[in-house]
Amino acid sequence: MTAGPSAGAVTRAEVCAVACAEAWRGDGEIMASPFGTIPAIGARLARCTFAPDLVLTDGEAALMANTPALTAGRDELVLEAWMPYRRVFDVVWSGRRHIMMMASQVDRFGNQNLSAIGDWARPKAQLIGVRGAPGNSLNHITSYWVPAHSTRSFVEHVDVVCGVGYDRAAAAGPAATRFHEVRVVVSNLGVFDFATPDHAMRVRSLHPGVGLDEVVAATGFTLVVPDDVPETRLPTPEELALVRDVLDPTASRDREVAP
Amino acid sequence: MTDKRTTVEDMVAEVADGMTVGIGGWGSRRKPMAVVRALLRSGARDLTVVAYGGPDVGLLCAAGRVRKAVYAFVTLDSIALDPHFRRARQAGAIEAAELDEGMFYLGLLAAAQRVPFLPTRAGLGSDVLRCNPGLATVRSPYGDGEELVAMPALDLDVAFVHCNRADTHGNGQLLGPDPFFDELFLGAARRRFVTAEKVVEPGRLLDEGPIQTITVSRLMTDGVAEVPGGAHFTSCAPDYGRDEAFQRRYVAAAADDDTWAAFEARFVQVDEAGYRAAVAEAADDDGAGTVR
Repeated sequence: MTAGPSAGAVTRAEVCAVACAEAWRGDGEIMASPFGTIPAIGARLARCTFAPDLVLTDGEAALMANTPALTAGRDELVLEAWMPYRRVFDVVWSGRRHIMMMASQVDRFGNQNLSAIGDWARPKAQLIGVRGAPGNSLNHITSYWVPAHSTRSFVEHVDVVCGVGYDRAAAAGPAATRFHEVRVVVSNLGVFDFATPDHAMRVRSLHPGVGLDEVVAATGFTLVVPDDVPETRLPTPEELALVRDVLDPTASRDREVAP
Repeated sequence: MTDKRTTVEDMVAEVADGMTVGIGGWGSRRKPMAVVRALLRSGARDLTVVAYGGPDVGLLCAAGRVRKAVYAFVTLDSIALDPHFRRARQAGAIEAAELDEGMFYLGLLAAAQRVPFLPTRAGLGSDVLRCNPGLATVRSPYGDGEELVAMPALDLDVAFVHCNRADTHGNGQLLGPDPFFDELFLGAARRRFVTAEKVVEPGRLLDEGPIQTITVSRLMTDGVAEVPGGAHFTSCAPDYGRDEAFQRRYVAAAADDDTWAAFEARFVQVDEAGYRAAVAEAADDDGAGTVR
């Protein structure tokens, strides 16, 4: 990997954190709802740098005015507004939100599964449930984070459609497509989007050190590969310092994506 | 005014086989667990359980009391998945109605408002419609003509919620940061019951917190009972946090039929006082965890 500016080489987890942060670039004053450690770092990083108006929750029932470390105690939080679960739905349905959910499975058109693996009537593995994914994906911008890119997570068809992808939204009609946007899928190997004529998943960038062959082999469907696939950008020195010293000083990111 | 004080045993005595039971709280937070424990002792069967699911759903599944679960998720928060619920689903032992969280909210709201359904985008295009074949869509009668999901009312026979404080008339007070959907569970139910850490005299709730924290009015309750530790082992902020050590014990009990039987004998087939004693003893074993 490319050497970092100061304290050691940039890790894959740090590249992923910046790639997640980039998902919220240009979103303005909306609620960023990250799930997973690295997206949580990413959303905080975005707010500390190029997306200062993002609104972040404290993980409980309030919005945070400050942007402390992931491990910050309750007494380190500066709260700016009340946001219990019931009010979160007001935000969801208003569209002023960009969520980055995790996906046990994601497919070619951005359908996501976190409900169950196998036959829904009697699943091989019951997972957490559809949660808010169906409504999130139809009401506001949705992105996904997959920390372990493999043919088990990137599948031809997800077993249970929770978050709605482009093909299923189109089939469901105008009420489904009106506010639907799956923006990016970030994995430990690269960044993927749907900027293709039929909204099939495309390689947007590969993380430094990742080969296209590796991604293709780890993906259970045919990815659209542009002629020129860029590298995911590296953190700036400022970003690296924020991630390492301010937002994630205990390096919890390394437990989600090995350095 | 009516003194609505009763006991948890009398509350659950109203739960007959086959009823639809709404349970307040969220995940492993402020669940009316003393009521769940009493339900486990009561023998009520073939229940339809409606909840933002946590160990309430898991315990009732493990004890074989659930015919159908209506939920958007089942989680223990600090532990992502509830193994008892998973076992029941993976064995095909229960019917499942898995809904989007917002659809679930609208279903309770529709029931509370006595309308047959409320429209929403949530569910369109997803497998929620495939997995719940009874769900229908409705076309807007206005110029837009949008076709939306008609989320049906989630009518409940009985609902249980756990509050931090209540008064003897059945007003309930939530001192933690999130009231969740407890008001709507009560609104959606024919019979409505509140347990509380402490029950005070009418007019004394303001000694405990500001007026906005009294979110449950006596219009919404038929009975109230004081049950200290009534949410254990889930959290009940600010009175107590989740008993993580006990929650891990609960998870470990799902390993097989024998571990569940041992857990059941020690923590389920006992009354509330026996439960608290058993939890205290277990906490000594663990060197951690408390029940209040």
